[in-house]
Amino acid sequence: MIASASPHREFAAALQVPTLSVPPGLRVGGGYAAERRFAVHRNNFVVGLIDALAESFPVAEALVGPEFFRAMARERVLSDPPRSPVLTDYALDFPDFIAGFAPAAVVPYLADVARIEALRIRAYHAADATPVRDAAYRKLLADPLRLGGATLRLHPACAWFRSRHAAYSIWHAHQGVSDMSEARLALIDVDRPEDVLVTRPELDVVTIPLPVGATLWLDALQDRHTLGEAFQQAHAADSQVDDGALFTLLVQNGLAIALETTTEN
Amino acid sequence: MSTRFQSAVPALALAAALGSALAMGAAPASAAEKGAAQEKCFGIALAGKNDCAAGPGTTCAGTSKVDHQANSWKFVPAGTCTTTPSKTSPSGFGQLAEFKAKPSKAG
Repeated sequence: MIASASPHREFAAALQVPTLSVPPGLRVGGGYAAERRFAVHRNNFVVGLIDALAESFPVAEALVGPEFFRAMARERVLSDPPRSPVLTDYALDFPDFIAGFAPAAVVPYLADVARIEALRIRAYHAADATPVRDAAYRKLLADPLRLGGATLRLHPACAWFRSRHAAYSIWHAHQGVSDMSEARLALIDVDRPEDVLVTRPELDVVTIPLPVGATLWLDALQDRHTLGEAFQQAHAADSQVDDGALFTLLVQNGLAIALETTTEN
Repeated sequence: MSTRFQSAVPALALAAALGSALAMGAAPASAAEKGAAQEKCFGIALAGKNDCAAGPGTTCAGTSKVDHQANSWKFVPAGTCTTTPSKTSPSGFGQLAEFKAKPSKAG
């Protein structure tokens, strides 16, 4: 690997540019033409990555059709090839590419639906962690003053974002149908903003829409603010925040993996 | 410091909210509590979809190179592994331990 960096760079550059000829110094034995052999390898490289993206984003692909999706994926592979050998990593940044891909702007919710699919892949491969059990929460109930001062550690698989579109409803309409082209989208108001959470409390990935104020509340908890501060921030931003709904979200989805309370209050 | 969270949400209201959340349903049970409902199954994961274990030099999960790679495994419901079809397995089904893939057909 270290012996000479530039042949590798030339080889990688030639992979990305279909018009570029064979990288200098490439020798092919057995009487084969180097151009043809390299073209086969280049095609495998590009098509393999397009296939990987298509498999990672089945709903996004269904929304725009395979032809558009694969053309978009090809643009991404040629302009932004993987920097890591781990195929799943390559999927995680694809929603950002879609958001900046001008031809996709006519489907404004596409990037956010893809973001849900990317977060599900991320959650699937995130580290395992054991959610806080009910008993630990009950102990805090007995001491309400310490409850507000408690900080939480959130599960490594959990992530959330705000969509300006009905990204969750659109994604959800594509689940449990044998053919995604049969997904019923007619009744969805695509311009209704939705907040989405993806996590994996045990072995199954969970995808749910979030109640009012939840993203701000989770942001605050993630930043190690106390529960009291997190509620305060959520209430300051929106008068509709329901404390019970936020605690239910936390407990039922196992979002917290550690509860830390200070000894003094 | 003890008053900083009391202005917006008094401590007792917070406790009441948590209490009602706990009453609504339990936290998710752990895999062990569910009675080991999953088992590791080799030779059935599609390329890049393995839960763990693949060749040397990989970072484990999501790194299998081909469909049904014999040394990559996936969690499946307990008892279903050896009835899940595998193209690489000599038995034709997934196996509970790593195995040597049978030679694949050319093409």
